Amino acid sequence: MTALSALIRRDIRIALRVGGGALIGVLFFLTVVVLMPFAVGPDLALLSRLGPAILWLGALLASLLTLDRLFMADHEDGSLDLITMSRTPLELACAAKALAHWLAAGLPLIVATPVLGLLLNLDMVATGAVALTLLAGTPALTFTGMIGAGLAVTLHRGGLLMAVLVLPLSIPVLIFGVAASQAAIVGPMTFGAPFSILCALSLVSLVVGPFAAAASLRHGLD
Amino acid sequence: MSGLDQGKMQLSGRGVACVRGGREVFAGLDFAAVSGEAVAVMGRNGSGKTSLLRLIAGLLIPAGGTIVLDGGDAEMTLPEQCHYLGHRDALKPALSVEENLAFWADFLGGERFDAAASLTAVGLDHAAHLPAAFLSAGQRRRLSLARLLTVRRRIWLLDEPTTALDVAGQDMFGGLMREHLARGGLIIAATHAPLGIESRELRIGGAT
Repeated sequence: MTALSALIRRDIRIALRVGGGALIGVLFFLTVVVLMPFAVGPDLALLSRLGPAILWLGALLASLLTLDRLFMADHEDGSLDLITMSRTPLELACAAKALAHWLAAGLPLIVATPVLGLLLNLDMVATGAVALTLLAGTPALTFTGMIGAGLAVTLHRGGLLMAVLVLPLSIPVLIFGVAASQAAIVGPMTFGAPFSILCALSLVSLVVGPFAAAASLRHGLD
Repeated sequence: MSGLDQGKMQLSGRGVACVRGGREVFAGLDFAAVSGEAVAVMGRNGSGKTSLLRLIAGLLIPAGGTIVLDGGDAEMTLPEQCHYLGHRDALKPALSVEENLAFWADFLGGERFDAAASLTAVGLDHAAHLPAAFLSAGQRRRLSLARLLTVRRRIWLLDEPTTALDVAGQDMFGGLMREHLARGGLIIAATHAPLGIESRELRIGGAT
């Protein structure tokens, strides 16, 4: 446990320092959402209808943006070698890294959501619904994204490849995230059904992600 | 130095073969090293010195042959009992010297020694609060050596350990290796330059 908490603390600390990834994601999220009203025009009804989708897209792209460095930085400086050799199972180390990434880069997105909801003419209920779906759904984005990050290390290609690999896995999360938000705001569906599926997606990725990422890292040993 | 003095151990390889990128680097390599002994792996560039260390560390999978450790901790795999000091320093530029060392001590676990004393031993105590980004190549190497002292492992796998170290640093490092061997440790080092301590030579990749 000390090993895992040390890993989580280190990754959060690095992310929060100057040049870390945490702020980049939030700034990107902010940029996407702030620009949207200017692009769509001053139609308040349209904005509030598009609001949840815009927030979800922004969060998805922001998490993709920062995820590709998840293992790459450790691979480049040799830390990954020592992590692989250590007494901590690689699966747990992967899960700890993903958790740290979510805490440093995912959680700030959710905190920023109420502020950004104002820009998109979302009322309290709608903003709350989007924030709740993001809270339930962003772990799925992080943990499936981790598989792509692992493969990116194995295949010695960063960025673009990883986005292409991960995108299909994150589409269901996007669909049910937006569906649950819309259900809470306009109906006619109940909020429960899509939200439960969203939670299920997160839980499945929590289990599958670390194993897939660790398998990919082990396969790519060199 | 409890736990380190008990028992002899032997690290040995039989017919070890290594293939990288479809090319055979070496094959049929036999080697053995017992505790208290340093082995200097010599050979020209590209002869597979680093590959041999990574095979022992479990970071490469041998294409043939076996590597076994007799007399080590039966509860643990060979890589878990090794320290690997590679070309890359495993240091985070955003963290301070102290934080880098504390992280590896916490993460690697096991028997732990005073981090501040290790920093003093490698001559980095004055820079403890400095971010690792500001360290010179030699200082980064010294910080990596402090990791070997803070967390005790019996087997040290060293890849060109003396690069970037100044003369005083090489002397200091020689002393650290001698202490490690005296405690019953085992060192396998890939090197071009003389190690600075009594060592047995293992030549791979033929002559020159």
